[in-house]
Amino acid sequence: MTAVRCVDLCKTYLQGDQAIKALDHVSIDIEEGGFVCLSAPSGGGKTTLLNAIGGLDMPDSGEVWIADRRIDQMSKGELAELRLSSIGFVFQAYNLIPVLTARENIEFVMQVQGVAAKQRAEKSLAILEEVGLNGLEDRRPAEMSGGQQQRVAVARAIVSRPALVLADEPTANLDSETSDELMELFTELNEHHNTTFVIATHDQRVMGYAKRLIRMLDGRIVDDIQQNAA
Amino acid sequence: MRMLPVLTRLAWRYLWRNHRRTIIMVSAVSVGVWSMIFMTALSRGMVDQVIEDGVAALPGHVQVHNPKFLDDPSVANRILIGDAELSKTFSSTDFKAWASRVRVPAVIASEYESRGVTLLGIDPLAEQAFGYIAYDEVDGRFLEGIDDSGIVIGRELADKLETRLGKRVVLMSQDPDNEIADRGFRVVGLFETDVPAFDESNVFVGKRTAQKMLRIGDTTTEIVFLGDNYRDVEPTYDKVVAKIDGSLDVSRWNEIASYLGSMLKVMDGFVFIFMVVIFLALSFGLVNTLVMAVFERVREIGLMLALGMKPSNILGQIIIESMLLLLVGLAIGNLLAVATIQPLRGGIDISVVAEGMEMMGAASVLYPRLYLSDMILANVIVLFLGFLASLSPAWRASRYEPVEAITKVG
Repeated sequence: MTAVRCVDLCKTYLQGDQAIKALDHVSIDIEEGGFVCLSAPSGGGKTTLLNAIGGLDMPDSGEVWIADRRIDQMSKGELAELRLSSIGFVFQAYNLIPVLTARENIEFVMQVQGVAAKQRAEKSLAILEEVGLNGLEDRRPAEMSGGQQQRVAVARAIVSRPALVLADEPTANLDSETSDELMELFTELNEHHNTTFVIATHDQRVMGYAKRLIRMLDGRIVDDIQQNAA
Repeated sequence: MRMLPVLTRLAWRYLWRNHRRTIIMVSAVSVGVWSMIFMTALSRGMVDQVIEDGVAALPGHVQVHNPKFLDDPSVANRILIGDAELSKTFSSTDFKAWASRVRVPAVIASEYESRGVTLLGIDPLAEQAFGYIAYDEVDGRFLEGIDDSGIVIGRELADKLETRLGKRVVLMSQDPDNEIADRGFRVVGLFETDVPAFDESNVFVGKRTAQKMLRIGDTTTEIVFLGDNYRDVEPTYDKVVAKIDGSLDVSRWNEIASYLGSMLKVMDGFVFIFMVVIFLALSFGLVNTLVMAVFERVREIGLMLALGMKPSNILGQIIIESMLLLLVGLAIGNLLAVATIQPLRGGIDISVVAEGMEMMGAASVLYPRLYLSDMILANVIVLFLGFLASLSPAWRASRYEPVEAITKVG
């Protein structure tokens, strides 16, 4: 079954007087359980594509489908509902709400979803253990390292078992060891929970973990290859 | 409603993220609320005193007259019901106090001067509860009964007439047939109230003595009733109306002394405007605080939107933050107001400006009056206007596009 489908997406930004084509007739299908890396140099269009898939940004033309729902025509409220129920996000930075503890950050999405307090507590403690952050549940982001913060963000993204996780440069601020740990966690979640991952990166190590690598340049897909993950 | 706990928690945490700014704003709200309540209590105390003195000088919260009496206050327009029948009608009814009296214009003359006054023929026992004169503070003595042959006048009037205790004066008025009715009285008491105009224009004699002088049998010109609270005379008014036949006029005090009623309304309006003006000054600080609070967490707002929080939840979060800030300020402001007004209930000596106060009919000691309704009004104004003031920054915060907000620099 198709988890993500993009049909002929176009998006143009104005930079001063110059029109920049961030997406230039991009079409892709990503199967459920896929582990896809979007690779491109800076300005290549990978983050724009990721944002379009997540309903954070609207394409100028084309269609975006998540499972069997077309999202490019949804209202802000419907998109928020979709993101809440079906998509987990991991951003490059500013991933956590600084006034909440690690556990509260993880519970945040569940709380917005209306999950009962007891269930939230159980799930958040379990996921903290799963991402190796036992004992850090009461720390605020400022009291954690970059790697720990990114793990909390991953825990929050996957705690309610979304069908799709979108990660934008998730290892950009991490050292190589922490990057490997994070990618192994992604791989494990992909294999054990059949979660679809779409990761935008230009980190070669991250690309090595992907089952499918899509290369972009100037807003166009230039390469789409299946590969044996590391 | 299910979002309320999470929004409240976020709002509270964000409120204390920059605790110094929050403390400054809370302090400003507290002082503002304190000043609203404190100044209102002082103003209420002053105006209440003026009105109470004025009502006491009428006196009576509800009055009954012949329909023509207020336009032409002569004994020809008296109430043609005898004392005995009035007693039978009203004694069984639950009034704080009631009395019937003779009240007509008259001329008082000493051997040197004469003045126009209002002659009040009263039953001193029945009138004591009206409290317009403290009987035991009268120089000499007050009237002892309805047959008392003496006269009690104000010290101010005695000075004008160049008379004194023990001297004789002559009272002159008209009987129902418009014939001159006069009589000599010995001055048995001199009174002094907080209202010089009252002292100068009213003289008191026994009711029956006045009835004899005016040749009106046992009839009177005025029946007066006292309720529990001059601000709420309706229960008393209704009871009186139920007992009186339609041939007589029943009036509330603010219909008879319309300027006092207007003063009360003006005071209510003044309190409201005063509170709104103070809040408007506060609102600039409040809006600035909220704008800064939103501006410094644009990326976090973007993150929340990206994670699936609806724009309406962001709007709610900022409004809750504003309400929490105001509630903390209100709690402190209310406590401060009660704590500072309570010790002053015994009165504040304002004798430095006493002359000016007397001109307004007020005394030189000011008794602050703290009304629950004024406190509620101050709180409601702050919360309601605070809500309106926070709408703009909250609306702006909820309009952010997630991508633009997350990638916002600095």
